Amino acid sequence: MRRSRSFLGMLLAVALTVALGACTRPETDEPRGRELNIGAATEPAGLDMITTTGAGTPFVLLYNVYETLVKLDNEGNIRPLLASEWSQTPDRLSYTFSLDPAAKFASGAPVDADAVVKSFERARGETAAESIRLKWAPVDTIEAVDQRTVRLNLSRPSNGLLYDLTGPTGSISDPTATADLNTTPAGSGPYKFVTWEQGSRVELEANAGYWGTPARFSPVNFRYFADPNAMNTAMLSGQLDMISNLTVPQSIGQFSDAEKYTIHEGTTDGEVVLGFNHANEALSDVRVRQAISHAIDRQALVDSVWGGKGMLIGSMVPPTDPWFEDLSGVYPYDPDKARELLAEAGYASGLTLRLRVPNLPYGPTSGRFIAAQLKDVGITAEVEELEWARWLDQVYGQHDYDMTVVAHVEPRDLGAFAAEGNYWGYRNDAFNTLLTEADTGTEADQTEKLKEAARMLTDDAAAVWLFLLPSITIATPAIAGVQDNQISLSFDLTTLAARS
Amino acid sequence: MTVLRRVGIRLAWFIGSLALASFLIFLITNKLPGNIAQVILGTNASPGEAAALEERLGLTKPFFTRYLDWMAGVLRFDFGVSYYSGEAINPLIASRFEVSAWLVGLGMLLAVVIAIPVGSYAAMRRRHADGVAVSALSQIGLAIPAFWAGIWLVIVFAVNLGWLPAGGYVSWWESPGEWLLHLILPVTSLALVQSSVLSRYVRSAVIDVSHEDYFRTARAVGWSRIGALWRHGMRNIAISLLTVIGLQLATLLVGAILIEQVFALPGLGSALLMAVSRRDLGIVQAIVLLLVWAVLLINFLVDVTYQLVDPRLRRRGELQ
Repeated sequence: MRRSRSFLGMLLAVALTVALGACTRPETDEPRGRELNIGAATEPAGLDMITTTGAGTPFVLLYNVYETLVKLDNEGNIRPLLASEWSQTPDRLSYTFSLDPAAKFASGAPVDADAVVKSFERARGETAAESIRLKWAPVDTIEAVDQRTVRLNLSRPSNGLLYDLTGPTGSISDPTATADLNTTPAGSGPYKFVTWEQGSRVELEANAGYWGTPARFSPVNFRYFADPNAMNTAMLSGQLDMISNLTVPQSIGQFSDAEKYTIHEGTTDGEVVLGFNHANEALSDVRVRQAISHAIDRQALVDSVWGGKGMLIGSMVPPTDPWFEDLSGVYPYDPDKARELLAEAGYASGLTLRLRVPNLPYGPTSGRFIAAQLKDVGITAEVEELEWARWLDQVYGQHDYDMTVVAHVEPRDLGAFAAEGNYWGYRNDAFNTLLTEADTGTEADQTEKLKEAARMLTDDAAAVWLFLLPSITIATPAIAGVQDNQISLSFDLTTLAARS
Repeated sequence: MTVLRRVGIRLAWFIGSLALASFLIFLITNKLPGNIAQVILGTNASPGEAAALEERLGLTKPFFTRYLDWMAGVLRFDFGVSYYSGEAINPLIASRFEVSAWLVGLGMLLAVVIAIPVGSYAAMRRRHADGVAVSALSQIGLAIPAFWAGIWLVIVFAVNLGWLPAGGYVSWWESPGEWLLHLILPVTSLALVQSSVLSRYVRSAVIDVSHEDYFRTARAVGWSRIGALWRHGMRNIAISLLTVIGLQLATLLVGAILIEQVFALPGLGSALLMAVSRRDLGIVQAIVLLLVWAVLLINFLVDVTYQLVDPRLRRRGELQ
């Protein structure tokens, strides 16, 4: 009797296994068609590019669903998109854009000067997010010269404006759209928005009437994973075609099989900054800040906490910006020098500082590493982990900290050190003047002045720039055209193609 | 005391607990440091911008005004909209609830289906090596966290063998086959651990029953051990099992939160975690309230079911 029961159990197990095998078999044998599944970590906070801030929205929509007059390519160059050409008057107070006559929205309506003016007026109007509205500050009037020509008249010259127009600030939406843009995006890009299942995925499909090179995939799903490990297993089991950016670089070894995965490594705009609260008495002394800069072996830190991926930078500028200069050697790892500087500043007997880090993948590990190295030079760093929202409230909002570690992922964010009320409490009038001169001067001035500004921050040890977050994209070999760098806010689908 | 009166008193307690729970939930979530405006703006915000967004989202209104606004909505079963995305919370929760209900419901069902035969077997063979082995195995199962079991199941069945998807969810309406495939691993990892817990209770309940006079009498008049257990023992075992299932359902709801993370399932648990980390309080309050209500409801139902299962707890004829 017992034997027959266990035999029955075994039979059931075998039958189940066979049935399951049979169920999943077609998925592995048949090609996926032209569907594309992309794993991503940051979900949009809304779908309106003008009213929503945060990286999740442009990541999906910019250049894919919405287009801009000019776009940023993955080397950091500005290229034509909706505007086939543009020009600037010699006094640099006026830009004129000629729209591509073929350009039209997914609805079929033409992308004309009227649509551009309406979009721009909305982007600098009441409803726009402040960070977007502020970017329009140099612009005085926006005019439709004729149906195909738009002119921006500036109140002062601005080098940043054209660059800003490559982002959400310059996105052009369909003026004929009647639905709420926050739930139903309406643009002119190669893809159309289909659905957003909050917490799960955003689906796009090819815009059949696209005016340029047609979309090569349809549908495209951006799938969101709160847990990095769950995203990796989804890729390993074939549910994803790409991981847009590996959240935990230490796990890169899981994708070492070159026949199944291609790994694309490049740079981002994300500077991981060890920030100082300049209101702290000890940290207001440049010698203490320099001592801390000397006390941290940054290469060892990258090796230990970020799998050795991530470039060393010495200031708030990534290598894809024209004014990048390698300043990573200014404060070489030198504990003796650090002790000397501390003694000079009057802290020979030691110093205790609170190091409050957010619970993001790089936070706690960097915190512990830094604390260990600072201990070596006589600084006691009390590491405290804060949940992200709490960090934003207490550290970023209330400046209740001595030192902290956070990645600043916004592009061209050198100006964060000049912002009124910035959370570091950093104030340097000479630096602010340089930034203003850079924006209003000629293009050559801009590069020169910003180089100088970046160097000024480094010399002043305004912070310690630990490393630059790497861009690590994993794809199956069937996907061609994957970009190494992730420097625009967009996950640009237009460069991707299916290899046959 | 009549059954109806008993049930009535239980119901009053139940409703009182619900009301108290709603206030505590609102109080606690609103005392969390940090707010949604800061999370939305991130490290890109100027101080003024965060304040302006808080104002626009209505976060600057007084505490009691917000509580009353919220309760007015809750009483109409309208949880408002997400601060984060502006999406209505009701449909969001409904779709999330579907996932969690399947996960927890099927997980518990599978656990019971495994636990009853395994526990009975371990009890009846408790003086033999195989019975001891089964019982030791369930002891080990107790020590394994469900999410850890889940990670291993994924590695073996999704990554190495490629038989089952590693995560995600497909609704029953879209494709019943895919729905089942996507649920097998998460349900199994929940059920494996749960069945270990339950089988220990089944085992000791069966042992207790086998010491009872009525069981010995049944055996003496010729019932087989299994027959006697089935005919006379199960009703008694059911009482203690029901209590445990009721308690364990609550644990299972919590365990499911981690399982949903491991398998990227868009259920209530993962929505709750995400909403807490974003300080999307409308969603946090709605989900916690529903979970608390669910636990209270389960306890209430277990209480009521006792009266039905155990004839000693009601007077003859009352419910007939």
